[in-house]
Amino acid sequence: MTDSSDSRPPSGFNRRTFIAGAAGAAVVPLAAKGATPDRGTSGRDSSLPVDVTLLVNGESKALKIDSRTTLLDALREHIGLNGSKKGCDHGQCGACTVLIDGRRVVSCLTLALAAEGQQILTIEGLAKGNELHPMQQAFIEQDAFQCGYCTPGQIMSAVGCVKEGHASSDDDIREYMSGNICRCAAYPNIVAAVKQAAPSISSDQQKG
Amino acid sequence: MRPFMYQRAVDVPSAVQALAAAASGSDPLTEAAIQPLAGGTTLIDLMKLDVMRPGVLVDINPLAADWSKIELRDGNLLLGSMARMSAVADNADVQRNYPVIAETLQLAASPQLRNMAALGGNVLQRTRCTYFRDVSYGNCNKRNPGSGCAALDGFNRTHAVLGTSQHCIATYPGDFAQALIALDAMVQITGKSGSRYLPFAQLHKPPGDSPQIETSLLPGELISGFTIPGRWPRSVYVKARDRQSYEFALASAAVALEIDDGVVRHARVALGGVATTPWRAREAEAVLKGERFDDALAQRAGEAAFQSAEARQHNSFKIALGKRVVARALQKAAAMEV
Repeated sequence: MTDSSDSRPPSGFNRRTFIAGAAGAAVVPLAAKGATPDRGTSGRDSSLPVDVTLLVNGESKALKIDSRTTLLDALREHIGLNGSKKGCDHGQCGACTVLIDGRRVVSCLTLALAAEGQQILTIEGLAKGNELHPMQQAFIEQDAFQCGYCTPGQIMSAVGCVKEGHASSDDDIREYMSGNICRCAAYPNIVAAVKQAAPSISSDQQKG
Repeated sequence: MRPFMYQRAVDVPSAVQALAAAASGSDPLTEAAIQPLAGGTTLIDLMKLDVMRPGVLVDINPLAADWSKIELRDGNLLLGSMARMSAVADNADVQRNYPVIAETLQLAASPQLRNMAALGGNVLQRTRCTYFRDVSYGNCNKRNPGSGCAALDGFNRTHAVLGTSQHCIATYPGDFAQALIALDAMVQITGKSGSRYLPFAQLHKPPGDSPQIETSLLPGELISGFTIPGRWPRSVYVKARDRQSYEFALASAAVALEIDDGVVRHARVALGGVATTPWRAREAEAVLKGERFDDALAQRAGEAAFQSAEARQHNSFKIALGKRVVARALQKAAAMEV
């Protein structure tokens, strides 16, 4: 299935699309230092949009985007997957964590263009239909969040943490979840959730 | 972020070719109009802050196919520059034979960033000096050569006490580089005229009167790998910081020892978080060599490591902290069962 970047989330006109449209209208082209044609090989205007196809949650998404677009902004603003959150936008908080080819990364420091051809998994792709992923279920059962803003990043990071084999003890979980900041400080319950879900995720992995 | 053109290299020759155009410029490496993109964890961050402003990014991630090796060969460790920090940190051979390398990587950044960042980019990561990272400060000799240094009389709690100059006191922020400099690593550099090897200790340049020139890499050159001679199973990294995890060092020590019947035969000591470059503490090594190891010796080595330190208003605590970190690292290494 292929979506175009022009498609809007099903709700149509909403706060998010309104803000995105208003911000887009205010963008003024900037002069790029050194972006003269003779220094690049393609020689075309670096502010023109480029075509990219991203594989997100098993679906192919064809987009036309500015080369500066991060994977996070591509997911949220162009594909309409708003689960991955923008916290600091500088790789310091982990709210934007997604898995690329099974490895957790911060999508705010990943260029969308550089993610082409790789399998991107976001929080929206974790559940199987109505059946929550064991980590999602564990976060609910352990009350591992308060405001919930960091939660999608926490859950994606936790899945990566377990798959990497770094959830063998509470200390291990704390150290290897340190890339995800929770301003509500739900940390003890997050550790409990990761511990609860870890055995079922490991067995998932063994099944292949 | 300013507009740029994105190109993807398909292999080493195409990457070198794409970057070669940068070699014609006279700018320092970090100001070159064409920049290689690997993990992007420093570059994209600094582009968002408008500190780095390349017009072209050459994505060199496809080079990982050739430059990701983690290999013990003929008693040396070979590391490809595109190996990810997490892959090296989790490697059993590295953990067994070079604990200090595994630990510098495990204790750096966050798991997500370690999955992204490549070793070559890691050693080139740029200072966390707030005046460097915030372009609203005009006076930064790294960003605007000749403009002055806001940190000298500013909030300089995290700044360096070793290797400083009157033009720059920005701290080198990395961890892995301390292991490399301690273990006499060589760095392999690839450019359009082929490869060259350099002692890792010659890669980074002290600020002196030109802090904008951070390394001896030339525009158009890429780091392709590292060679670490010998095995150092008795080695550790101790890192003191403001929080327990996911934070830059206030003071750190990479230490490797060879001890025979309680006597130190060889000692390697490098410091992080306190110096403007990856810092080899040869004064500390001289104190240790040939001496019977005990706690008093470890403390004397810590004192020696900081004998030339110069503090500013807010960072004198780093000297006391750094001495103790060195002593602690030496005690930990000496106590290891290898």
